[in-house]
Amino acid sequence: MTLAVRRSSSPSLWVGLGLVGLVVVTALASFLWTPHDPTLVDAAQRLRGPGTDYVFGTDKFGRDLFSQVMVGARTTLFVGVVAVGVAALIGTPLGVFAAMAPKWLGEFVMRVNDLVLAFPALLLAIVFGAVFGADTLTAMIAIGIASVPSFARIARSGALGVMSTEYVLAARSAGRSRTAIAVRHVLPNIAGLVIVQSSVSFAIAVLSEAALSFLGFGTRPPTPSWGRMLQESQELLAVEPRLALVPGVAIAIAVLGFNLLGDGLRDRYDPRLEVRR
Amino acid sequence: MSALTVDSLELSVAGIPLVTGVSFTVGAGERVGLIGESGSGKSLTATAVMGLLPDEVDAAGSVRLSDVDHDLVGATEKQLARVRGRRMAMVFQEPMSALNPSMRVGDQVAEIMLIHGTRPDKATARAAAVELLGQVRLPEPAETARAYPHQLSGGQRQRVMLAIALANDPAVLICDEPTTALDVTVQARMLELIRTATEERGTALLFITHDLAVVAQTCERVLVMYGGRLVETGSVKEVFTAPKHPYTRGLLDASDLEAVDEHGRLRTIPGAVPGAGEFPGGCVFRNRCTDATGDCAEAPVLSEVDDRGFACWNPVGGPA
Amino acid sequence: MNVIEVRDLHRVYRRPRTSLTVPGTRVEALRGVSFDLPRQARFGVVGESGSGKSTLIRLLAALDKPTSGTISFQGKDITGLPERRLKFLRRELQVVFQDPMGSLDPRMRVRDIICEPLVAQGHSDPAGRLKELLDAVGLPQQSADRFPHQFSGGQRQRISIARALAPNPSVLVADEPVSALDVSVRAQILNLLADLVERFSLTLVFVSHDLSVVRHVCDTVAVMRSGEIVEMGAAEEIYESPQHSYTRELIAAVPTLRTAMRRFA
Repeated sequence: MTLAVRRSSSPSLWVGLGLVGLVVVTALASFLWTPHDPTLVDAAQRLRGPGTDYVFGTDKFGRDLFSQVMVGARTTLFVGVVAVGVAALIGTPLGVFAAMAPKWLGEFVMRVNDLVLAFPALLLAIVFGAVFGADTLTAMIAIGIASVPSFARIARSGALGVMSTEYVLAARSAGRSRTAIAVRHVLPNIAGLVIVQSSVSFAIAVLSEAALSFLGFGTRPPTPSWGRMLQESQELLAVEPRLALVPGVAIAIAVLGFNLLGDGLRDRYDPRLEVRR
Repeated sequence: MSALTVDSLELSVAGIPLVTGVSFTVGAGERVGLIGESGSGKSLTATAVMGLLPDEVDAAGSVRLSDVDHDLVGATEKQLARVRGRRMAMVFQEPMSALNPSMRVGDQVAEIMLIHGTRPDKATARAAAVELLGQVRLPEPAETARAYPHQLSGGQRQRVMLAIALANDPAVLICDEPTTALDVTVQARMLELIRTATEERGTALLFITHDLAVVAQTCERVLVMYGGRLVETGSVKEVFTAPKHPYTRGLLDASDLEAVDEHGRLRTIPGAVPGAGEFPGGCVFRNRCTDATGDCAEAPVLSEVDDRGFACWNPVGGPA
Repeated sequence: MNVIEVRDLHRVYRRPRTSLTVPGTRVEALRGVSFDLPRQARFGVVGESGSGKSTLIRLLAALDKPTSGTISFQGKDITGLPERRLKFLRRELQVVFQDPMGSLDPRMRVRDIICEPLVAQGHSDPAGRLKELLDAVGLPQQSADRFPHQFSGGQRQRISIARALAPNPSVLVADEPVSALDVSVRAQILNLLADLVERFSLTLVFVSHDLSVVRHVCDTVAVMRSGEIVEMGAAEEIYESPQHSYTRELIAAVPTLRTAMRRFA
């Protein structure tokens, strides 16, 4: 017999929501108020430890770490939204198209896709930076484009599964057009896969931003970014691990938050997961 | 002495009763069919007997095997692991998902013997596995033993499952809809095989299905389950030719495609099986029963005389 | 006039290749199938997996193209027609699938599922039609707002039947519509199908592995094996005196309760 067990609201959804909420609130608050000007260089306050005035202390230029973390949250969200947005908005329809198009065309699209997949994301971002000028937006569009293949692959395999179901056969024999089938049946049923992939890609984007900033192709100084904070901390890693720990923990919170949120959303909005044998 | 004794089994999830007061025995070498529709609790009962209940199901009552000195309800996983596959084995509905796709089938049969130490070493177990594959009438057993599950047909995979189940000569074999996923001509041969294999070994068989004809073909005794209760028990011949419970009567009528009413329509049981926890109090069948009276607000007890019993206040054909 | 005429239908598939150098093996799913369906016929197709019955259904519903041979529907050849010229078929012929769960989109409400053919074909009053359809298949009106997983197997098959009836088709193709159902539900759904076929003067194509079910529902039966029709004729006749050995094997393999009980006689 079939046991219908309604999933109790999964804790991962709520924890994820809490962590992502923390990042969002921090970013929004930074528009209104920060304890110090995050870009103010003050030689007199160099490398101060955590205290009442400077919650997380200051860096080697005397800038307030806490203020930098707050403003850096904006960069992080911006980075994630742009990169994941570009990847999901191009990759998902592409994958669905490849699944529904005639076989030879679908195969062709996927082989081109594989070519892009083989191209290192960071290299693409550096090329983009060299051609269009190095800034956060360019870097993240490049990271987004480099992530298109993962979305396309996932969307295609999901869509192939949906296309072989009887409800799609039923829709076809009812006279539904291909576009209607894609929008009404395929997309809603692969949404869970895309959401999970988005949370993974978000994490990759945040880490790529850090790496690119490190290489000088990401966020340009003086705009604060968690990635650049990490990069700047490395020469003092042995003496002042705090400088790496603060942005490191911030990145970890954001990445973990989005991953948990992705898992939680998938579980919550998949009606089939409610019925388990 | 019964090979399997189930006594007052109660199963529930989050306070919703799914199986209520189920008691029955299966004698050594006896073949008993457990019949019910979706939602009757038949598969859950089988799962409980095997000690494979999901965590969220609460169990009470008793399940005992003749050669095991402890109750299986409330037994530890370690105790159960020693019993499962050794004293008692199960054949599931889906032969593909029940086999490990990356392991040769001969090794899978041998493994179950090595786990329980019924064969001293690998070589002996492998030889025994090939012999077993032959006994379940797989062609060229030595060849088949080296095959992977995907290289076999559905019917052949189900034979492998049966070989695994019989490997340690268990006292009790439970089959849960073992032929539902198979083609009809394959199904017929599989049923025949299950019957002869248990007969030869004197294995007690508990056969779970929704198909009355399959039970009539395979079993000697039958238990009819509805709404988590046993509503009728007895020999296949008596229950199927002179049913006492209106539900059994309804099932028999609905399966008979040769008997139609004046409009050429099949006879049916009115309404649908209620969802879990939505069965009426008293007799669980009374909201669909055409013979229900005021008495039925009180739950009838299944009283058995010589293995023949029914739980109904107004049995078909009057009180016997 | 015949509603459907099938002539020498062949369908060959190639299995996906498993090696770069060796092409995938050829599978002949249909090997020269021909038959005629007069208006309001109740035609049964019996076979096991691999018999080609599913392929036949897909071809009849123009969801796939034959390798050779023709299918004409109401005198018009539908083989090889592009989708835009199949509009009449999408209205006139509807399919009820086997798996009452798999054939309903889990993310759509019953209302949208049943109205899908109506929306696809630009019906003027889908809401009014929905009411009639729910009534016709014996589902309460409030079912419309619920999701498929909230229904039992039998109710899901009713939803599936309502969807098939929505565009007022003249031909209903049912692919193993009761084989996933419980015994008592099976009888209800078979009765419902019989009622609807009569009420709407439908031509019925009923596919099953169970000859005893087909005999109850249909007047003509075709027994298929390995892509060919091995025996075809009046249902009663084939069941009572099968000529082909495979037909006899099929009948013996699916015992009815009556034949199974003979061992106790």
